Amino acid sequence: MNNLGRTAAQLLEEKSVALVLGFEEGSKGPRPFFCRKAEDAGRLILDERCNHNLATYLTKKELIGTDRVALTAHLPALRTILQLSAENQLSEDRLIVLTTNEKGEAVRFDRFEEISQYLADRPLELDPSDQKLIADLRKMTREERWNFWMAEMNKCVKCYACRAACPLCYCTRCVVEVNCPQWVQSWSAPLTNMEWQINRVMHMAGRCVGCGACKRACPVGIPIHLLTQSMMEDLNNEFGVVPGTPNEAGNVLSTYKVEDKENFIK
Amino acid sequence: MNEIKTEFEPKIIAFVCNWCTYAGADLTGTSRLKYATNVEIVRFPCTGRIDFMLLLKAFAGGADGIIVSGCHPNDCHYTSGNFHARRRWIVFRGLLDFLGIDVRRIRYSWVSAAEGAKWAELVNQTVAEIRELGPYEEYKKVANYIEKEAVHE
Repeated sequence: MNNLGRTAAQLLEEKSVALVLGFEEGSKGPRPFFCRKAEDAGRLILDERCNHNLATYLTKKELIGTDRVALTAHLPALRTILQLSAENQLSEDRLIVLTTNEKGEAVRFDRFEEISQYLADRPLELDPSDQKLIADLRKMTREERWNFWMAEMNKCVKCYACRAACPLCYCTRCVVEVNCPQWVQSWSAPLTNMEWQINRVMHMAGRCVGCGACKRACPVGIPIHLLTQSMMEDLNNEFGVVPGTPNEAGNVLSTYKVEDKENFIK
Repeated sequence: MNEIKTEFEPKIIAFVCNWCTYAGADLTGTSRLKYATNVEIVRFPCTGRIDFMLLLKAFAGGADGIIVSGCHPNDCHYTSGNFHARRRWIVFRGLLDFLGIDVRRIRYSWVSAAEGAKWAELVNQTVAEIRELGPYEEYKKVANYIEKEAVHE
């Protein structure tokens, strides 16, 4: 049994937690695993192939119950947990976070403060190939960009997998389900697909931790993560919001500074 | 005179706040200043209330240009509505530009209740600029695509 499995088994035996959220080996690679018995804890794994962001489950009480749970988290999930706690969505005394460090040792966090210390020397590194794509898109003319995104949005089937996979999309009633007024039409067509993405990305402003869950969830392979990542760059340039860490001044769009730029307002 | 107009007449939607720009536009009228008739004004309690979706819906509804205007900084009736709005537009503009939407067609301005002349100038300028850019065909094309699918199929 690996280190992580032993720690998880101990937590379950002591009844400190009712459930350990983790990964197990599936037939086509790792899959999420809800471990409720100490004897199953040996099946838990956490390696670089486990790239689903399990923090998504933390806001879904109907799945995980109301008892204390443990979550095995990789770096993106740890960043998500900090963001969720900054938004008052998690309670420290109902969650234990486990991870494995670079040496393969299990690390246990009981306090969010410990997670932020752990992440302090592990800053968010965005995929260079995505950065290149963003730079290439920015170099295009506006018409080319429009054509590129319209062709991409044309593929969308409005399955909302991006919403389901995103750990920070936790509203109980989403704007797309509101039909009075109906902001976003429910069928799939390029314009309404784009309007949905604009809504999604605007609601992610300053909150996205760049885990890439939306991109992996998209069944038709639209690079929607580029939208949030390009917005991260903008926010960093305009307001000094560091990507991947909760903004200390509060949510970007619900705070302001008197000296924010207004060179575009005439 | 039955002169047929062939020149393109832009359709401009203006989203304005109740306390400054709407009153300013009112002043333009009472001062008997003439300005372009292409603009349709929508009054909001505050620029902070102007949701970004409203702008997208204006384009989808056939607008060629949009004006967003409210109180000058520090003049907001609700203290900070325009500051919040300003931040939202900074973020929104960046996103629209990245998506290839023509951000030149959205004109942001501060017009106070005393600036009737500025309002007339703002509308005239915007109309002239949009006339130069021409109708927003790209957006209309995809917007009509929905209508065709939804209504006629």
